[in-house]
Amino acid sequence: MGPLAVLIGSRKGAFILRGDRSRRAWKLSAPILLGNIVHHLVLDPRDGRTMLMAARTGHLGPTIFRSTDMGRSWKEARRPPAFPWAAEGQKGLVVDHVFWLSPGHPSETGVWYAGSSPPGLFRSDDGGVTWEGVAGFNEHPMRSSWVGEGQQGPPDGATLHSILIDPRDPSHIYLGISAGGFFESLDRGAGWKPLNKGCRADFIPIPDPEYGHDPHCVRLHPLMPDRLYHQNHCGIYRMERPEGRWIRIGDNMPKRVGDIGFPMVLHARDPDTVWVFPMDGTTVWPRVSPDGKPAAYVTRNAGRTWRRQDKGLPESQAWFTVKRQAMAADAHEPVGLYFGTTSGEIWGSRDEGEKWISLVSHLPEIYSVEVAELSR
Amino acid sequence: MRVYVPTPLRAYTGKKAKVDAEGSTLGEALTDLDRRHPGFRFRIIDEQDGIREHIKIFVNQQQVRDLAVPLRGGDEIQIICALSGG
Repeated sequence: MGPLAVLIGSRKGAFILRGDRSRRAWKLSAPILLGNIVHHLVLDPRDGRTMLMAARTGHLGPTIFRSTDMGRSWKEARRPPAFPWAAEGQKGLVVDHVFWLSPGHPSETGVWYAGSSPPGLFRSDDGGVTWEGVAGFNEHPMRSSWVGEGQQGPPDGATLHSILIDPRDPSHIYLGISAGGFFESLDRGAGWKPLNKGCRADFIPIPDPEYGHDPHCVRLHPLMPDRLYHQNHCGIYRMERPEGRWIRIGDNMPKRVGDIGFPMVLHARDPDTVWVFPMDGTTVWPRVSPDGKPAAYVTRNAGRTWRRQDKGLPESQAWFTVKRQAMAADAHEPVGLYFGTTSGEIWGSRDEGEKWISLVSHLPEIYSVEVAELSR
Repeated sequence: MRVYVPTPLRAYTGKKAKVDAEGSTLGEALTDLDRRHPGFRFRIIDEQDGIREHIKIFVNQQQVRDLAVPLRGGDEIQIICALSGG
């Protein structure tokens, strides 16, 4: 494997942390678009050069910036994601921010998907230059009910995230809504149905509701696309398709830690290996590391057992949160792991989580971490 | 007419603090501004033609909230980025 870059989105701009092939020497870029709120920064793995950034500022509306030179220069999308104009007398939807970016299927060069808050799905066919709403979702007669419009949602607004494309079929798409649930389309976004059976929603007084759940992060393994892993507000789950029922694999986590968290990370070559980063979801939901002792947990058997990985991390009094986009893995041997904290640190591991080292400190609050494999 | 541009938007105007626009309404002037400086409008006006929450627009020092406000030649438009938190 060659060198790599950790792409960092933060509350005050983006950063690129470049690592050599040994993953021992790291160099942090200057801030990119300093002052912008960067929710997601993603490199297109299909061409290895197109990078998209979902950004806004406190004053200015949401947009997407593009770079084709590894972040040296940026150009704004000509038509950023926006909901359609509402009919006279009707209240139309307004994109508050673009939250999630997903490159499309490998066979569909230039296709990207974006998820917004309030929940909307958008698609670009030209590498992020222009965007159109996916009407099959945004104008679905059930959308308003699915996303709980008019109800109190998450603190920063309900978001559409975890846009997953089946590597066998570009028409097969999943997405998550926090809160709203997990949904599936078999026809390239024209139609959608909920896929939440077996997943708990303790905050809804209906047993086993069809929708309204709170997925935090869902991943589909590219080598086993019928397997989904799901970190939810109410536990950790796995689903094997075509059966459509979530199995709570978080019940096998230590009870004193629980199975609440935001991120979920896959192993590039082993569909049975998954990492999570638990947070305190008890009492008033502090959403920080349980007992102030941060740790990743790994399963090597698809969730039957979990093992704590905290070597090198602070042993106490570390009260940060790792957000849902803020943990990622590279594809090296052994796999490298990276996570960013709300207190502005980047931590990394060269050995699949066995030992952690601090790579960067003193950044702004980190919203997203992605890994890009570089050709040189 | 003359438009005063706040610092967060000067990336669109080649760092110019004052630019020209034409139109018989505020909406037309902002559309003209966007034609001259692509991307400008959407950062301050949302897709339902609402002025974004932390943007204030003044015409001849009077705050306006509607893009249908009529304009005359010689009017001055000020765009202000209001406080938006840390």
